[in-house]
Amino acid sequence: MAQNGNKQVFSPWTDPSAKPLIQFKNVTKKFGEFVAIDDLSIDIFEREFFALLGPSGCGKTTLMRMLAGFETPTTGTILLSGQDISPIPPNKRAVNMMFQSYALFPHLSIWDNIAFGLRREGGSKDAIAARVEDMLRLTRLTKFARRKPHQISGGQRQRVALARSLAKAPKLLLLDEPLGALDKKLRQDTQFELMDIQEKTGTTFVIVTHDQEEAMTVASRVAVMDEGRMIQVDTPDRIYEAPNSVYVADFIGEVNIIQGSASQSGDTVDITFAEGQPTIRGTTDKKFANGEKIAFAIRPEKVSISAEKPDDMENALQGKILDIAYLGNISTYHVELPNGQIIKSQIANTRRISRRIFTWEDTVWVSFTDTAGILLKV
Amino acid sequence: MKRFTLIFIPYIWLAALFLVPFLIVVKISLSDTALAIPPYKPALDLAQGWAGLMAFLGDLDFENFTFLAEDDLYWKAYLSSLKIATISTILTLLIGYPIAYSMTRAAEEWRPTLLMLIILPFWTSFLIRVYSWMGILGQEGLLNQLLLWLHVISEPLKIMNTPTAVYIGIVYTYLPFLVLPIYAALDKLDDNLLEAAEDLGCSRFKAFWLVTIPLSMNGIVAGCFLVFIPALGEFVIPSLLGGSQTLMIGKVLWEEFFSNRDWPVASAVAVILLLILIIPIILFQRNQQKQRESEG
Repeated sequence: MAQNGNKQVFSPWTDPSAKPLIQFKNVTKKFGEFVAIDDLSIDIFEREFFALLGPSGCGKTTLMRMLAGFETPTTGTILLSGQDISPIPPNKRAVNMMFQSYALFPHLSIWDNIAFGLRREGGSKDAIAARVEDMLRLTRLTKFARRKPHQISGGQRQRVALARSLAKAPKLLLLDEPLGALDKKLRQDTQFELMDIQEKTGTTFVIVTHDQEEAMTVASRVAVMDEGRMIQVDTPDRIYEAPNSVYVADFIGEVNIIQGSASQSGDTVDITFAEGQPTIRGTTDKKFANGEKIAFAIRPEKVSISAEKPDDMENALQGKILDIAYLGNISTYHVELPNGQIIKSQIANTRRISRRIFTWEDTVWVSFTDTAGILLKV
Repeated sequence: MKRFTLIFIPYIWLAALFLVPFLIVVKISLSDTALAIPPYKPALDLAQGWAGLMAFLGDLDFENFTFLAEDDLYWKAYLSSLKIATISTILTLLIGYPIAYSMTRAAEEWRPTLLMLIILPFWTSFLIRVYSWMGILGQEGLLNQLLLWLHVISEPLKIMNTPTAVYIGIVYTYLPFLVLPIYAALDKLDDNLLEAAEDLGCSRFKAFWLVTIPLSMNGIVAGCFLVFIPALGEFVIPSLLGGSQTLMIGKVLWEEFFSNRDWPVASAVAVILLLILIIPIILFQRNQQKQRESEG
């Protein structure tokens, strides 16, 4: 949803009058002594594609299982459309889940798998058949309706799992690592398919993933989690360009972190990071004390590399090329500064590799503007 | 060639230890009883060559099978055996399924121990275990003494030498054969499937009925056949626990063979028993094959 023209329109989290679909209110979940979710509060809005991102063990799966009803919070409340859902068992919730392993019923055909939830509702035979056919069309599975799960490919199984969980038209669909079992190419295609289906059905999606690219691609908002807490909840571009902590900056994408002491005047900050090195100039709207230890974070693609010292950049540092990672479309240069600090610079390979300008051991200048990086408290 | 040899060895085994003895039994079943050693005629006299063989074949007839059909003792015994085998299979399933189910629900570290406990009775002789049931179920047996002591009953129950004792004996003996295949099937069951069923609107019970039962059906079918097939021809349990009241074909067979020394009739009884068993054995094979296909 974030990728299309609606982006400016669709941001209910900025609208104070918008009613959230899901509200976590000071939710804590403990397993024995282990705190899986730590006093967490968050609002998720209707039609959102909300991604929970974090390393394994950060509590994202527990959060999802609480929404599905397989776990209950130790303290705090979870509201769905304003109603406390803690006492409601999983089979009575207007929430469906797509399992990481897909959990397709091996003894039932694709058709019967999709019809499974509808039959429990006890609708008429014709209504069920019509809904199943709709779902098969939506996920392009009509041809495979009579097959058993073990007779179709992994990508098709993934779509069956999606169709089955969407069949009951839930208010909220939970997706637990939905694309984890697919290979990279298929995963990218499926991401767009997921977004398409989410838009068509207007269902609120909450997706759990450890793949940051996936979260950035599909989600309207991304929550970066660590140790049971949400470190930052924001749109993908804000998460990437304006991380609120070193943890988030480091977790999402590649980043250069340079630590040093600040000296601020107005909104410009000079960072002294090493003996004999020029200071780095950055801009910020935050306030730092003089001499405070801070971190300067800058993405490799915002660092240029040149043989001569550029005149038009606020920041230029000399170093030696230590390593070149060639990735086809881009190359990452690892440049070592005299103090041992390594700066990564990403350059698009607009030329064929044989005509590359720089090579190992070359002395080069890395440079960036004063607005390219972000200043973070350590 | 290698493949051929590999398949050939089990076939030789089957032919030598099953097919040849079975053909000998068929031959005896077509003979007449006689006061001789062995106690039947005709005997094949190969010294007379072709004429001897023809004379031998000429003397074979289906008299014994006609006799079995005419005397109602035999088909009553067959029917009674079928009834006892069917009821005890159902009883074993009703007791065995919950055992297998709770074993898969038990904590991971307990499962090998529980499995061991199921197999443990096999370490004692089958005969001794059946004899000990006589000590438990008898008029003065442990069970009656316990119930009298607890004042549950005022007079000892008559269990020994009734069909009830036979059911108890069969269920006890064959329970592991049913528990193990069901346990194997349930153990493979993915817990996510039950959560998915609940998520899609099933109650716990409904999820059990719609997911657990169908997915353990192969184990149920295999276990039931493993109980039903040997129970049908069971001889030791009815003769030790069932007394004279219980009519089972295995016991009839034994009596024909050892008490009456009528080998031809006993053989005919055995041949018909095997023919009855072929149907469930074929169904069992089908089930096993279907299982392999669904996994492969």
